[in-house]
Amino acid sequence: MWQELREELVPQGVEVLTVALDSGGAEAAGPFIDAANPRHPSLIDATHRLDELLGINNVPMGVWIDEQGTLVRPPEIAHPGTSVLRDMLAEHGVPQDAPPLLLETLAEAAKIRVDPERYGAALRDWARRGGESPYALSPDEVVQRSRPRPPELSEAAAHFELGVHLRAEGDVDAAREHFRAAHRLDPGNWTYKRQAWSLEDPLQGPTEYYEGDWLKDVRASGAEHYYPRPDL
Amino acid sequence: MILTAPEIDPGAFAEHTGWEIKPEGACKADRCVPLPGAPEEGPVPAALLAEPLGMALVHDAPRALWALGPESGGRALLSAQMPELELPDRHGRPFSLGSLRGTRVVMVAWASW
Repeated sequence: MWQELREELVPQGVEVLTVALDSGGAEAAGPFIDAANPRHPSLIDATHRLDELLGINNVPMGVWIDEQGTLVRPPEIAHPGTSVLRDMLAEHGVPQDAPPLLLETLAEAAKIRVDPERYGAALRDWARRGGESPYALSPDEVVQRSRPRPPELSEAAAHFELGVHLRAEGDVDAAREHFRAAHRLDPGNWTYKRQAWSLEDPLQGPTEYYEGDWLKDVRASGAEHYYPRPDL
Repeated sequence: MILTAPEIDPGAFAEHTGWEIKPEGACKADRCVPLPGAPEEGPVPAALLAEPLGMALVHDAPRALWALGPESGGRALLSAQMPELELPDRHGRPFSLGSLRGTRVVMVAWASW
Protein backbone atom coordinates (compact mmCIF):
# COMPACT_ATOMS: atom_id res chain seq x y z
CA MET A 1 0.00 0.00 0.00
CA TRP A 2 2.66 2.52 1.07
CA GLN A 3 5.15 1.27 -1.49
CA GLU A 4 2.94 2.10 -4.46
CA LEU A 5 2.09 5.47 -3.03
CA ARG A 6 5.73 6.15 -2.30
CA GLU A 7 6.66 5.80 -5.98
CA GLU A 8 4.07 8.46 -6.71
CA LEU A 9 5.17 10.78 -3.90
CA VAL A 10 8.96 10.66 -4.22
CA PRO A 11 9.12 12.57 -7.55
CA GLN A 12 7.15 15.32 -5.78
CA GLY A 13 9.66 15.48 -2.93
CA VAL A 14 7.94 13.36 -0.27
CA GLU A 15 9.65 10.29 1.15
CA VAL A 16 7.87 7.54 3.07
CA LEU A 17 9.37 6.26 6.31
CA THR A 18 7.79 3.31 8.07
CA VAL A 19 8.43 2.35 11.68
CA ALA A 20 7.37 -0.97 13.21
CA LEU A 21 6.32 -0.70 16.86
CA ASP A 22 7.33 -4.18 17.86
CA SER A 23 8.84 -5.20 21.19
CA GLY A 24 9.98 -8.36 19.44
CA GLY A 25 12.29 -6.25 17.26
CA ALA A 26 13.61 -7.64 14.00
CA GLU A 27 12.48 -11.13 14.89
CA ALA A 28 8.86 -9.98 14.93
CA ALA A 29 8.82 -7.27 12.27
CA GLY A 30 11.65 -8.48 10.03
CA PRO A 31 9.74 -11.13 8.08
CA PHE A 32 7.04 -8.59 7.18
CA ILE A 33 9.67 -6.10 6.05
CA ASP A 34 11.45 -8.77 4.02
CA ALA A 35 8.18 -9.76 2.34
CA ALA A 36 7.39 -6.15 1.47
CA ASN A 37 10.97 -5.45 0.36
CA PRO A 38 10.46 -1.69 0.66
CA ARG A 39 12.55 0.90 -1.16
CA HIS A 40 11.90 3.46 1.56
CA PRO A 41 13.57 3.46 5.01
CA SER A 42 11.83 0.86 7.13
CA LEU A 43 12.80 0.97 10.79
CA ILE A 44 11.99 -0.90 13.98
CA ASP A 45 11.06 0.73 17.28
CA ALA A 46 11.29 -2.10 19.81
CA THR A 47 10.76 0.14 22.84
CA HIS A 48 7.86 2.15 21.40
CA ARG A 49 9.70 5.46 21.53
CA LEU A 50 7.22 6.94 19.07
CA ASP A 51 4.34 6.32 21.49
CA GLU A 52 6.11 8.40 24.10
CA LEU A 53 7.57 11.10 21.87
CA LEU A 54 4.52 11.77 19.71
CA GLY A 55 1.51 10.29 21.49
CA ILE A 56 0.91 7.48 19.04
CA ASN A 57 -1.67 5.08 20.47
CA ASN A 58 -2.75 2.87 17.58
CA VAL A 59 -1.50 1.65 14.23
CA PRO A 60 -1.34 2.68 11.51
CA MET A 61 -0.77 6.27 12.55
CA GLY A 62 1.26 8.79 10.60
CA VAL A 63 2.78 12.25 10.88
CA TRP A 64 3.85 14.59 8.12
CA ILE A 65 7.23 16.32 8.49
CA ASP A 66 8.38 19.24 6.35
CA GLU A 67 11.86 19.96 4.97
CA GLN A 68 12.92 21.71 8.19
CA GLY A 69 11.95 18.79 10.40
CA THR A 70 8.73 20.45 11.59
CA LEU A 71 5.59 18.40 11.99
CA VAL A 72 2.80 19.75 9.83
CA ARG A 73 0.29 17.14 10.90
CA PRO A 74 0.15 15.44 14.32
CA PRO A 75 -0.25 11.69 14.76
CA GLU A 76 -3.49 10.53 13.15
CA ILE A 77 -4.84 7.38 11.59
CA ALA A 78 -2.96 6.97 8.31
CA HIS A 79 -4.80 4.73 5.89
CA PRO A 80 -4.14 5.86 2.33
CA GLY A 81 -5.31 2.76 0.49
CA THR A 82 -7.26 -0.40 0.71
CA SER A 83 -6.41 -3.10 3.20
CA VAL A 84 -4.92 -6.30 1.80
CA LEU A 85 -6.83 -8.27 4.41
CA ARG A 86 -10.13 -6.60 3.54
CA ASP A 87 -9.57 -7.17 -0.18
CA MET A 88 -8.78 -10.83 0.39
CA LEU A 89 -11.85 -11.31 2.56
CA ALA A 90 -14.07 -9.52 0.05
CA GLU A 91 -12.79 -11.70 -2.76
CA HIS A 92 -12.56 -15.06 -1.06
CA GLY A 93 -14.76 -14.72 2.01
CA VAL A 94 -13.85 -16.09 5.41
CA PRO A 95 -12.89 -19.78 5.47
CA GLN A 96 -15.72 -21.43 7.37
CA ASP A 97 -13.42 -23.97 9.00
CA ALA A 98 -11.44 -21.17 10.69
CA PRO A 99 -11.40 -21.15 14.52
CA PRO A 100 -14.49 -19.42 15.99
CA LEU A 101 -12.37 -16.66 17.60
CA LEU A 102 -10.83 -15.84 14.23
CA LEU A 103 -14.25 -15.74 12.58
CA GLU A 104 -15.61 -13.42 15.25
CA THR A 105 -12.50 -11.23 15.13
CA LEU A 106 -12.69 -10.88 11.36
CA ALA A 107 -16.39 -10.08 11.54
CA GLU A 108 -15.72 -7.33 14.09
CA ALA A 109 -12.72 -6.03 12.15
CA ALA A 110 -14.95 -5.68 9.09
CA LYS A 111 -17.01 -3.09 11.02
CA ILE A 112 -14.00 -0.83 11.56
CA ARG A 113 -14.36 2.27 9.43
CA VAL A 114 -11.48 3.70 7.47
CA ASP A 115 -11.54 6.53 4.97
CA PRO A 116 -8.55 5.91 2.71
CA GLU A 117 -9.76 8.15 -0.10
CA ARG A 118 -9.81 11.32 2.01
CA TYR A 119 -6.46 10.63 3.65
CA GLY A 120 -4.81 9.70 0.35
CA ALA A 121 -6.21 12.81 -1.34
CA ALA A 122 -4.95 15.04 1.46
CA LEU A 123 -1.50 13.50 1.31
CA ARG A 124 -1.33 13.91 -2.47
CA ASP A 125 -2.40 17.54 -2.11
CA TRP A 126 0.43 18.17 0.35
CA ALA A 127 2.89 16.42 -1.97
CA ARG A 128 1.79 18.68 -4.81
CA ARG A 129 1.46 21.99 -2.96
CA GLY A 130 3.73 21.69 0.06
CA GLY A 131 3.20 24.41 2.64
CA GLU A 132 0.42 25.92 0.50
CA SER A 133 -1.72 22.84 1.07
CA PRO A 134 -4.62 23.48 3.46
CA TYR A 135 -3.78 20.13 5.06
CA ALA A 136 -0.38 21.42 6.23
CA LEU A 137 -1.05 22.84 9.69
CA SER A 138 0.76 25.56 11.62
CA PRO A 139 3.05 24.51 14.49
CA ASP A 140 0.48 25.72 17.02
CA GLU A 141 -2.30 23.70 15.40
CA VAL A 142 -0.09 20.61 15.34
CA VAL A 143 0.59 20.92 19.06
CA GLN A 144 -3.06 21.64 19.89
CA ARG A 145 -4.26 18.68 17.86
CA SER A 146 -1.82 16.26 19.49
CA ARG A 147 -3.19 13.98 22.15
CA PRO A 148 -3.82 15.46 25.62
CA ARG A 149 -1.42 13.99 28.15
CA PRO A 150 -2.69 14.10 31.73
CA PRO A 151 -0.37 12.74 34.48
CA GLU A 152 -1.86 9.23 34.37
CA LEU A 153 -0.73 8.83 30.77
CA SER A 154 2.84 9.61 31.81
CA GLU A 155 2.52 6.92 34.47
CA ALA A 156 1.07 4.51 31.90
CA ALA A 157 4.03 5.17 29.60
CA ALA A 158 6.49 4.48 32.42
CA HIS A 159 4.77 1.19 33.25
CA PHE A 160 4.64 0.19 29.59
CA GLU A 161 8.34 0.89 29.18
CA LEU A 162 9.10 -1.22 32.25
CA GLY A 163 6.94 -3.98 30.78
CA VAL A 164 8.81 -3.96 27.48
CA HIS A 165 12.15 -3.85 29.29
CA LEU A 166 11.36 -6.70 31.66
CA ARG A 167 9.87 -8.83 28.89
CA ALA A 168 13.11 -8.42 26.93
CA GLU A 169 14.98 -9.46 30.07
CA GLY A 170 12.87 -12.61 30.26
CA ASP A 171 10.90 -11.61 33.37
CA VAL A 172 7.52 -12.37 31.81
CA ASP A 173 5.43 -12.18 35.00
CA ALA A 174 6.86 -8.82 36.02
CA ALA A 175 6.30 -7.52 32.51
CA ARG A 176 2.63 -8.51 32.68
CA GLU A 177 2.21 -6.57 35.94
CA HIS A 178 3.43 -3.41 34.28
CA PHE A 179 1.45 -3.98 31.10
CA ARG A 180 -1.70 -4.38 33.22
CA ALA A 181 -0.94 -1.10 34.96
CA ALA A 182 -0.42 0.64 31.61
CA HIS A 183 -3.76 -0.70 30.33
CA ARG A 184 -5.57 0.48 33.47
CA LEU A 185 -4.05 3.97 33.30
CA ASP A 186 -4.43 4.48 29.55
CA PRO A 187 -7.37 2.30 28.47
CA GLY A 188 -7.70 4.03 25.10
CA ASN A 189 -4.18 3.07 24.06
CA TRP A 190 -4.49 0.22 21.57
CA THR A 191 -0.74 0.07 21.10
CA TYR A 192 -0.15 -0.79 24.75
CA LYS A 193 -2.94 -3.33 24.77
CA ARG A 194 -2.33 -5.06 21.46
CA GLN A 195 1.42 -5.30 22.02
CA ALA A 196 0.90 -7.04 25.37
CA TRP A 197 -1.95 -9.28 24.20
CA SER A 198 -0.01 -10.37 21.12
CA LEU A 199 2.83 -11.61 23.30
CA GLU A 200 0.40 -14.14 24.80
CA ASP A 201 -1.73 -15.03 21.79
CA PRO A 202 -1.25 -14.01 18.14
CA LEU A 203 -5.02 -13.59 17.82
CA GLN A 204 -5.03 -11.34 20.91
CA GLY A 205 -7.81 -13.44 22.38
CA PRO A 206 -8.77 -13.85 26.05
CA THR A 207 -6.04 -14.99 28.44
CA GLU A 208 -5.76 -15.31 32.19
CA TYR A 209 -3.24 -12.48 32.24
CA TYR A 210 -5.32 -9.54 31.07
CA GLU A 211 -8.87 -8.41 31.68
CA GLY A 212 -9.27 -7.32 28.10
CA ASP A 213 -8.71 -8.84 24.69
CA TRP A 214 -9.08 -7.46 21.21
CA LEU A 215 -12.60 -8.66 20.53
CA LYS A 216 -13.95 -7.76 23.95
CA ASP A 217 -12.39 -4.31 24.00
CA VAL A 218 -13.33 -3.42 20.43
CA ARG A 219 -16.91 -4.46 21.10
CA ALA A 220 -16.94 -2.47 24.34
CA SER A 221 -15.75 0.74 22.71
CA GLY A 222 -17.53 0.17 19.41
CA ALA A 223 -15.70 -0.86 16.24
CA GLU A 224 -16.70 2.45 14.66
CA HIS A 225 -14.51 4.27 17.22
CA TYR A 226 -11.45 2.09 16.71
CA TYR A 227 -9.95 4.40 14.10
CA PRO A 228 -10.89 8.02 14.87
CA ARG A 229 -11.56 9.81 11.60
CA PRO A 230 -8.66 12.18 10.77
CA ASP A 231 -9.70 15.83 11.08
CA LEU A 232 -8.93 16.77 7.49
CA MET B 1 13.25 6.18 30.34
CA ILE B 2 14.53 3.11 32.24
CA LEU B 3 16.84 3.79 35.18
CA THR B 4 18.84 1.38 37.31
CA ALA B 5 19.32 4.03 40.00
CA PRO B 6 17.06 6.92 41.04
CA GLU B 7 19.29 9.47 39.37
CA ILE B 8 19.84 10.58 35.82
CA ASP B 9 22.83 11.54 33.75
CA PRO B 10 21.93 14.90 32.12
CA GLY B 11 23.37 13.84 28.75
CA ALA B 12 21.35 10.65 28.63
CA PHE B 13 18.26 12.56 29.77
CA ALA B 14 18.65 15.09 26.97
CA GLU B 15 19.20 12.37 24.40
CA HIS B 16 16.14 10.43 25.51
CA THR B 17 13.68 13.21 26.22
CA GLY B 18 14.94 16.32 24.45
CA TRP B 19 15.02 18.18 27.80
CA GLU B 20 18.39 19.83 28.40
CA ILE B 21 19.46 20.61 31.93
CA LYS B 22 20.82 24.13 32.11
CA PRO B 23 21.55 26.55 34.98
CA GLU B 24 18.02 27.99 34.55
CA GLY B 25 16.36 24.57 34.71
CA ALA B 26 15.21 21.88 32.28
CA CYS B 27 14.70 23.38 28.82
CA LYS B 28 12.99 22.08 25.69
CA ALA B 29 11.78 24.07 22.68
CA ASP B 30 11.09 27.57 24.06
CA ARG B 31 10.20 26.40 27.56
CA CYS B 32 12.43 26.23 30.65
CA VAL B 33 11.21 24.73 33.92
CA PRO B 34 13.13 25.60 37.11
CA LEU B 35 14.59 22.65 38.99
CA PRO B 36 14.93 23.72 42.63
CA GLY B 37 17.69 21.85 44.41
CA ALA B 38 19.22 20.31 41.28
CA PRO B 39 23.02 19.96 41.37
CA GLU B 40 24.99 22.20 39.02
CA GLU B 41 26.77 19.23 37.48
CA GLY B 42 26.70 15.46 37.50
CA PRO B 43 23.74 13.13 37.92
CA VAL B 44 20.39 14.64 38.91
CA PRO B 45 18.04 12.85 41.32
CA ALA B 46 15.13 11.58 39.23
CA ALA B 47 12.60 12.87 41.76
CA LEU B 48 13.87 16.43 41.25
CA LEU B 49 13.01 16.19 37.56
CA ALA B 50 9.81 14.20 37.87
CA GLU B 51 7.60 16.65 39.70
CA PRO B 52 8.39 19.96 37.95
CA LEU B 53 8.12 18.31 34.52
CA GLY B 54 5.08 16.19 35.31
CA MET B 55 7.03 13.02 34.56
CA ALA B 56 5.74 9.97 36.41
CA LEU B 57 8.50 8.14 38.27
CA VAL B 58 7.56 4.49 38.66
CA HIS B 59 9.69 2.33 40.92
CA ASP B 60 9.79 -1.44 40.56
CA ALA B 61 11.40 -2.20 43.90
CA PRO B 62 11.82 -5.99 43.53
CA ARG B 63 13.80 -5.52 40.31
CA ALA B 64 15.59 -2.33 41.42
CA LEU B 65 14.36 -0.46 38.38
CA TRP B 66 12.78 2.95 37.83
CA ALA B 67 11.05 4.34 34.79
CA LEU B 68 10.50 8.01 34.10
CA GLY B 69 7.49 8.71 31.91
CA PRO B 70 7.18 11.59 29.43
CA GLU B 71 6.23 15.10 30.54
CA SER B 72 2.52 15.59 31.20
CA GLY B 73 -0.02 18.23 32.02
CA GLY B 74 -0.42 19.45 28.46
CA ARG B 75 -0.40 17.82 25.05
CA ALA B 76 1.73 14.93 23.83
CA LEU B 77 3.63 17.40 21.64
CA LEU B 78 5.32 20.28 23.40
CA SER B 79 6.39 21.71 20.07
CA ALA B 80 5.98 20.83 16.41
CA GLN B 81 9.68 20.11 16.01
CA MET B 82 10.16 16.44 15.19
CA PRO B 83 12.35 15.01 17.99
CA GLU B 84 15.76 13.67 17.10
CA LEU B 85 15.57 9.91 16.96
CA GLU B 86 17.76 7.08 15.76
CA LEU B 87 16.22 3.67 15.13
CA PRO B 88 17.60 0.49 13.58
CA ASP B 89 16.50 -1.10 10.34
CA ARG B 90 15.72 -4.81 10.20
CA HIS B 91 19.45 -5.62 9.99
CA GLY B 92 20.26 -3.52 13.05
CA ARG B 93 21.80 -0.67 11.10
CA PRO B 94 21.06 2.65 12.82
CA PHE B 95 19.14 5.25 10.86
CA SER B 96 18.81 8.84 12.03
CA LEU B 97 15.49 10.47 11.23
CA GLY B 98 17.40 13.74 10.99
CA SER B 99 19.19 12.40 7.89
CA LEU B 100 15.99 13.07 5.95
CA ARG B 101 16.12 16.79 6.75
CA GLY B 102 15.60 18.73 3.52
CA THR B 103 12.99 16.26 2.30
CA ARG B 104 9.34 16.13 3.25
CA VAL B 105 8.49 12.88 5.00
CA VAL B 106 5.36 10.96 5.82
CA MET B 107 6.27 8.73 8.74
CA VAL B 108 3.95 5.83 9.43
CA ALA B 109 3.88 3.64 12.53
CA TRP B 110 2.71 0.07 11.97
CA ALA B 111 3.16 -3.24 13.77
CA SER B 112 3.33 -6.94 13.05
CA TRP B 113 0.77 -7.69 15.72
